[in-house]
Amino acid sequence: MSSIKQVINDAVEKGKEVYEKVRQPNPIRLRDLIRQIRSAKTAAEERAVVNRECAYIRLTFREEDSVWRCRNVAKLLYIHMLGYPAHFGQMECLKLIASPRFTDKRIGYLGAMLLLDERQDVHLLITNSLKNDLNSSTQFVQGLALCTLGAIASPEMSRDLAGEVERLLKSSNAYIRKKAAVCALRIICRVPELMEMYLPATRSLLSEKNHGVLITGVTLITEMCRQSPDMLAHFKKIVPNLVRILKNLIMAGYSPEHDVQGVSDPFLQVKILKLLRILGCGDSEASETMNDILAQVATNTESSKNVGNAILYETVLSIMDIKSESGLRVLAINILGRFLLNADKNIRYVALNTLLRVVHADNSAVQRHRSTILECLKDADISIRRRAMELCFALINGNNIRTMMKELLTFLEKAEPEFKASCSSKCVLAAEKYSPNVRWHIDTLLKVVEAAGNHVPDDVVSSTIQLISETRTEQAYAVGELWRHLSIAQMEYQPMIQVATWCIGEFGDLLLSGHADVTVVESELIDIYQKILWSSQCSITTKEYALTSLMKLSARLTHEIGSIQQVVSAFGSHLNIELQQRGIEYSQLFTRHNHMRGPLLERMPPFEGTRAGTEQDKATITNGVDTPLDNESLLNDLTSPNNNAHETSESNALLDLLGGMEPGDSDTIKSTSTSISLTVASTPSVNADILDLLGGLDSGPAASVPTTNMNEAPPTQLPNSSNAAYLLDGLLNNSTPIISSPSSPVTNSAGTIPTSNSIYPLVLQKSSIPGITAYDKNGIRLDMAFELQETLITINLIASNNTGAQVTDFLFQAAVPKSIQLQMLNPSGTNMAPTASLTQLIKVNNPNKVPLRMRIKLSWLANGSPVQDQGEISNFPSALWQ
Amino acid sequence: MMQFMLLFSRQGKLRLQKWYEAHPDKVKKKITRELISTILARKPKMSSFLEWKDLKIVYKRYASLYFCCAIEQQDNELLTLEVIHRYVELLDKYFGSVCELDIIFNFEKAYFMLDELMVGGEVCETSKKNVLKAIAAQDLLQEDEIVEMALRDIGLI
Repeated sequence: MSSIKQVINDAVEKGKEVYEKVRQPNPIRLRDLIRQIRSAKTAAEERAVVNRECAYIRLTFREEDSVWRCRNVAKLLYIHMLGYPAHFGQMECLKLIASPRFTDKRIGYLGAMLLLDERQDVHLLITNSLKNDLNSSTQFVQGLALCTLGAIASPEMSRDLAGEVERLLKSSNAYIRKKAAVCALRIICRVPELMEMYLPATRSLLSEKNHGVLITGVTLITEMCRQSPDMLAHFKKIVPNLVRILKNLIMAGYSPEHDVQGVSDPFLQVKILKLLRILGCGDSEASETMNDILAQVATNTESSKNVGNAILYETVLSIMDIKSESGLRVLAINILGRFLLNADKNIRYVALNTLLRVVHADNSAVQRHRSTILECLKDADISIRRRAMELCFALINGNNIRTMMKELLTFLEKAEPEFKASCSSKCVLAAEKYSPNVRWHIDTLLKVVEAAGNHVPDDVVSSTIQLISETRTEQAYAVGELWRHLSIAQMEYQPMIQVATWCIGEFGDLLLSGHADVTVVESELIDIYQKILWSSQCSITTKEYALTSLMKLSARLTHEIGSIQQVVSAFGSHLNIELQQRGIEYSQLFTRHNHMRGPLLERMPPFEGTRAGTEQDKATITNGVDTPLDNESLLNDLTSPNNNAHETSESNALLDLLGGMEPGDSDTIKSTSTSISLTVASTPSVNADILDLLGGLDSGPAASVPTTNMNEAPPTQLPNSSNAAYLLDGLLNNSTPIISSPSSPVTNSAGTIPTSNSIYPLVLQKSSIPGITAYDKNGIRLDMAFELQETLITINLIASNNTGAQVTDFLFQAAVPKSIQLQMLNPSGTNMAPTASLTQLIKVNNPNKVPLRMRIKLSWLANGSPVQDQGEISNFPSALWQ
Repeated sequence: MMQFMLLFSRQGKLRLQKWYEAHPDKVKKKITRELISTILARKPKMSSFLEWKDLKIVYKRYASLYFCCAIEQQDNELLTLEVIHRYVELLDKYFGSVCELDIIFNFEKAYFMLDELMVGGEVCETSKKNVLKAIAAQDLLQEDEIVEMALRDIGLI
């Protein structure tokens, strides 16, 4: 028999040779083309070979050469893989598919899957061929068609061929059934309405013995349940069937056909577990039914190989998602804990990922694996370290903060630059939330700033400064620590220098008076500052910090004032305009305005309650910046102590910016409303009138000196007061010259304005005082209505948008003469559609009954482009103060 | 569901690409380029998984060839490693200790094998034997056709 075959084969070979000689020219074989391309030494050479071949292939396509079509398309597919265009082969693929030969069909369908996708128009043509082949009598032709449909079905094809697939789903041939099931899956993904059609046939797929049909059947049901709640409800009843199938899988003995390293068909097991998860999610009855089997899988699965762990991983996910018993959940978390100790990095990776997902639900169970998780901070794999870090932060609480922070600081020190910023921010948040005491808190923040080097984000710098500024008792300690850091500092790490110079500037007297643990001589201090100021490694921002700080020191030191003056005036000719301006302005304080220097350089009052991370403040931060608060809740908030403090700090900061010289005794200012009025009233006469300040745009540098903020505050870290942040930005940002700050807003706090609900009507009733139009330019109109109660004027401001454009980020700022107090409540919004409007309540207390004037500044984005304007309102009805 | 599978060499040459989600050619090329360079830059100490857009990328190196799959968020990455391994085993059985060259010169065969293992991004056959049987039967169909054609050409039938 075999010899006959041999003879025929020989004859065939010989025949083929003859045949190929007769037909000239013969296309080269795929194999030879691949060889030619591979032997090309340069990209250009390769291109030449490919182009030549493509030209030839196009020619034969044009000649409708059907003998070599199959070979040519195959070559084209290779060329396509190399990245060359091959769209001209699409039609040829369709022709191959239509050929009766299996070889042609096989390559044709392969080409169709590679060259067409669901976006192509040729789909109409292929649909017909697919229909024919789905009805073929050869199972492999049907198989090819199903496989192609499964890969490229578009919604139109799905509709056209849904019926054929449904028929094949009931075929007696398992080979066809399993492929039809995946096609059905693809079809319902494209056209969900067709789901009903497959329901009856799908149900019977689960009673199969063939694993191919089972797995595709389970996959199909999973997708149906995921897409439709009705289906989900319908398939609840198959939970016992699934449990049985899974049980049989794990209980059955060794079956060589489906065994993978001692595990019976892991592919099927995982699919069933996933379906159980969907069916059991939020359903206690279904969860009850599967509890046992999940426990069995969790305990019986061999965990030494990846395959077993794949199943355990899926089991854990299912246990955590369904309403499982608490014992089972602990078991699941313990499996993950074991994963963390696994030598395989992939398994550690999924464990951390999964723990991150469940840590909020089962924190205490995850806590037990804390030490293992901490170990993962030292893992060789960066993505494992990243996840371990995130998980660590999720695990921090009041009890473990000390140990966790210690580990995290070690991690931060060695971490990649990309981690440092986010890690240090998170450390600050965690310390804020859980710090056991202030000393520890300060120490931690300083360590964070030190460990993260130049990668410290600005918010960490400002949080640190703020913490020190508001804890009076620890200032001496902090400043001592900072001095130690500064005296050995390497000039390349800016954040530490910034924190240190700011604090030493503020509290330098504590350093010198020996309150801190260290003793410092004034000249040492000046030396360090000179080093910083003349270092080429220090950034401009750092030098700005240092220069202002040095200036502050001039009011704290006794002997070295002369050398300070020398350094400062040297900056009058600095190349950087910001530093130059500071240099010149500060020099004025030594000469012409020497009498102001002392009060001007007083210590800043502490900024309070707005550090990043205090939970209650988180809400208020967003409120303060742009989310409008409805009036009622605002009034409620006003009475809560926390919010009081917060309001106060806002006003402190603002007052400070303007006056900059109220008595620096922070304790009296702290959150007591009455003391605010004091500070308002006590603004010394040397200070320019607020209105002058606002009008100071055109005055020279000397005039703007008093407005310069000596009390340099951390940038952008007064988030509840967008105004203040804006001002500070102006100061610290080189691009904004200092001189622009006078035009910035002034908002005095509600200090003495009584805050009982009764006198703040939510909607102002008709008033006897006529309203005014305060502003009507650029398409924005401001109308004011008034309500007067003794000295208290409530202004209801209505801003309307007639620009015809979308107005966003609308900001109204106002300032009044200083004997008047002004409080601006949050506006009803910051965005206005065309013709829409927004409202804002303004409260003005005018105890001295002086004529009311108001300086205003408006800014908004009209269709995204910024518009700004300012002006003065002096047409207030005199009834308001008479 | 698997969204696509790429096979590429250590030199970054694409050897096989299977897409189960439609993308324009340009996008496919961009994704391929991006993933190849990302994966080749990873160190051996790193895990086989990476997050990429909203997908999970699972890759594994076998000799000079990288197998890289993109799966969805709800899919099991450890099991995907098993799918890759199963595919490698099948190729190995079929070619007899497979190497990169086998896949280069017989890329269509490698595609056929993948299509028997997976349809539309889902595993549709978990028995190695069944996959190899189906491939062998189809190869036989092709051979029969060649014989038949040759016989017809030389006038035997």
